[in-house]
Amino acid sequence: MEDLLAVEGLETQFRMREGVVYAVNGVSFRLKEGETLGVVGESGCGKSVTVMSMLGLIPTPPGEVVAGTALYNGQDLLKMSNDELRRVRGSHISIIFQDPMTSFNPVLTIGRQIAEPLETHLEMTKKEAWDRGAEVLELVGIPNARQRLNDYPHQFSGGMRQRAMIAMALTCDPAILIADEPTTALDVTIQAQIIDLVNRLQDKLGMAIIWITHDLGVVAGLAQRVNVMYGGYIVEQATVDELYANPQHPYTIGLLGSLPRLDIEQHQKLASIDGLPPVLYEKPTCCPFAPRCAYRVDRCLQENPPLQFVGLDHYAACWVDPATGKERA
Amino acid sequence: MMEKQVLLHVEGLKKYFPVVQGKLLGREIRQLRAVDDISFDVYQGETLGLVGESGCGKSTTGRSILQLYRPTAGKVIYAGTDLTGASKGEIRRLRQKMQMIFQDPYASLNPRMTVSETIGDPIRIHSLLPRNEIESRVKELLAMVGLNPAFINRYPHEFSGGQRQRIGIARALALNPDLIVCDEPISALDVSIQAQVVNLLEDLQEKLGLTYLFIAHDLSMVRHISTRVAVMYLGVIVELADRTELYEHPQHPYTQALLSAVPIPDPKIEKKRERIILTGDVPSPVNPPSGCRFRTRCPLAAEICAAERPAFREVSPGHWAACHFAG
Repeated sequence: MEDLLAVEGLETQFRMREGVVYAVNGVSFRLKEGETLGVVGESGCGKSVTVMSMLGLIPTPPGEVVAGTALYNGQDLLKMSNDELRRVRGSHISIIFQDPMTSFNPVLTIGRQIAEPLETHLEMTKKEAWDRGAEVLELVGIPNARQRLNDYPHQFSGGMRQRAMIAMALTCDPAILIADEPTTALDVTIQAQIIDLVNRLQDKLGMAIIWITHDLGVVAGLAQRVNVMYGGYIVEQATVDELYANPQHPYTIGLLGSLPRLDIEQHQKLASIDGLPPVLYEKPTCCPFAPRCAYRVDRCLQENPPLQFVGLDHYAACWVDPATGKERA
Repeated sequence: MMEKQVLLHVEGLKKYFPVVQGKLLGREIRQLRAVDDISFDVYQGETLGLVGESGCGKSTTGRSILQLYRPTAGKVIYAGTDLTGASKGEIRRLRQKMQMIFQDPYASLNPRMTVSETIGDPIRIHSLLPRNEIESRVKELLAMVGLNPAFINRYPHEFSGGQRQRIGIARALALNPDLIVCDEPISALDVSIQAQVVNLLEDLQEKLGLTYLFIAHDLSMVRHISTRVAVMYLGVIVELADRTELYEHPQHPYTQALLSAVPIPDPKIEKKRERIILTGDVPSPVNPPSGCRFRTRCPLAAEICAAERPAFREVSPGHWAACHFAG
């Protein structure tokens, strides 16, 4: 299948008073039509900055995309003017954010906020945009959709606000939906509702999804392929079944080990990862995970491993083969 | 096995908060029923997990037990003393034995106090040790929670979230407590750090014989750490059982839905799982549904559920559930 999106060597830095923060350090990945790509990592690993950079949503200054390309349908998003990008963002690539409370404007009605992109991007009349707004609200399962268009964001519950956010993202039939931790602020029963909703909408509308999360459980049920990020790098890339059955990067192994399971009773200790995530004030010269790694060898402290082929559709950035504990041949 | 000793007995605990509704004229004060008649025991040396979604009253329960909120009604009996009737002085004395670890490691430490002051103050206030011995005790506590004792004069902003939570734990341990109420101690932390803190809590329990009331919304972690688990919904406990029993044979429809909603980090299992998707949102605790609190979202709801509040009854030995259809 065609690549819908191809990101190559993306680097983003923030110039802060304390120094330069190396947030994303050369990230490359592809997204196919209609697929769901999970992006997993802890806070500060660069997962959100990656997609924000692609969409020109990094506040500049202090942020700056210093290298890379992001081809969407053959066009480089990173070279587009603000006007061109705005057109892409509204109608081709949509994004939903973590906090449905702060991502709506509290003084405009939900209907006004859903209708606006339709009037701007698809040049609909007010009436048409309002009708389409009611239609999408119904699509995401909000009862009495037409009346609820007149409500303000605070009149919606958290779960309903996230539904409305999804409705807003879908009004222009995007080819890519980017979901940046959309269920992190929600309770688990509401999270299950939202995941179920997004899965059904994808079956119906066929958009590709990039789902950013720190929750390996959520990704397991959603994604076809997964990128694991650490310290501004993609450290492992694989199909979802392969990643969970046969993790190759010590960080992924550590993350999976530190998660207790709902379905299994563990009587031993959780396998925690020692140490702390890196502070990215310097561009790492060695493997960013080396200081915390249980499999570390000398080479890890000298050279940063590139993302390399370790199996069918499976790439890892690690010098060591965790099965043997020795360097890969 | 040894006879289990009840350390904490909670009976008919209620905590209502007044809320003002309406404009100037026609102002009306109504009750928000955060905790509405719950009863349970915590046994010596166990970890009782208390789970539920936001707003279900689990944190209010923890705070009402420590008398940080004075309960509206009910009894909280700690080692034979009813705290609800106790004087301030008595409560302060008993708090030595009951400590709390808070959710937010950023908000729960005073930014102007050094580690030494934060951890040492409770010892000073309760005059547990002569002044010249406090510093060495603080260092001992820091080592116990896995922090470098040389950090004694640092301020909270010099530490990461996980390290701050360790300071919070050291502060709770300073008075040699028996019971620690852990109020979502790991939910503000990254996944790899969560496991570190949970392992520490388990080590300390083993070493010091602590009893935990572990409040959390992460059902997987609660299964890992708890001996028994209580599930709360809208101010009431709907189910309570040994952890294996609760997770393998949930009796209350809310517990069943909650468990089925938790994602499992294994794609093979996830693809085969049937989810019970609850419709709608949690009703307001100001105006909770009549009868069973869960009936507005319950797939089994029948007429009796609106008419009668289901009793919290023992459906099998040690397994309690509040549902007309359980058992």
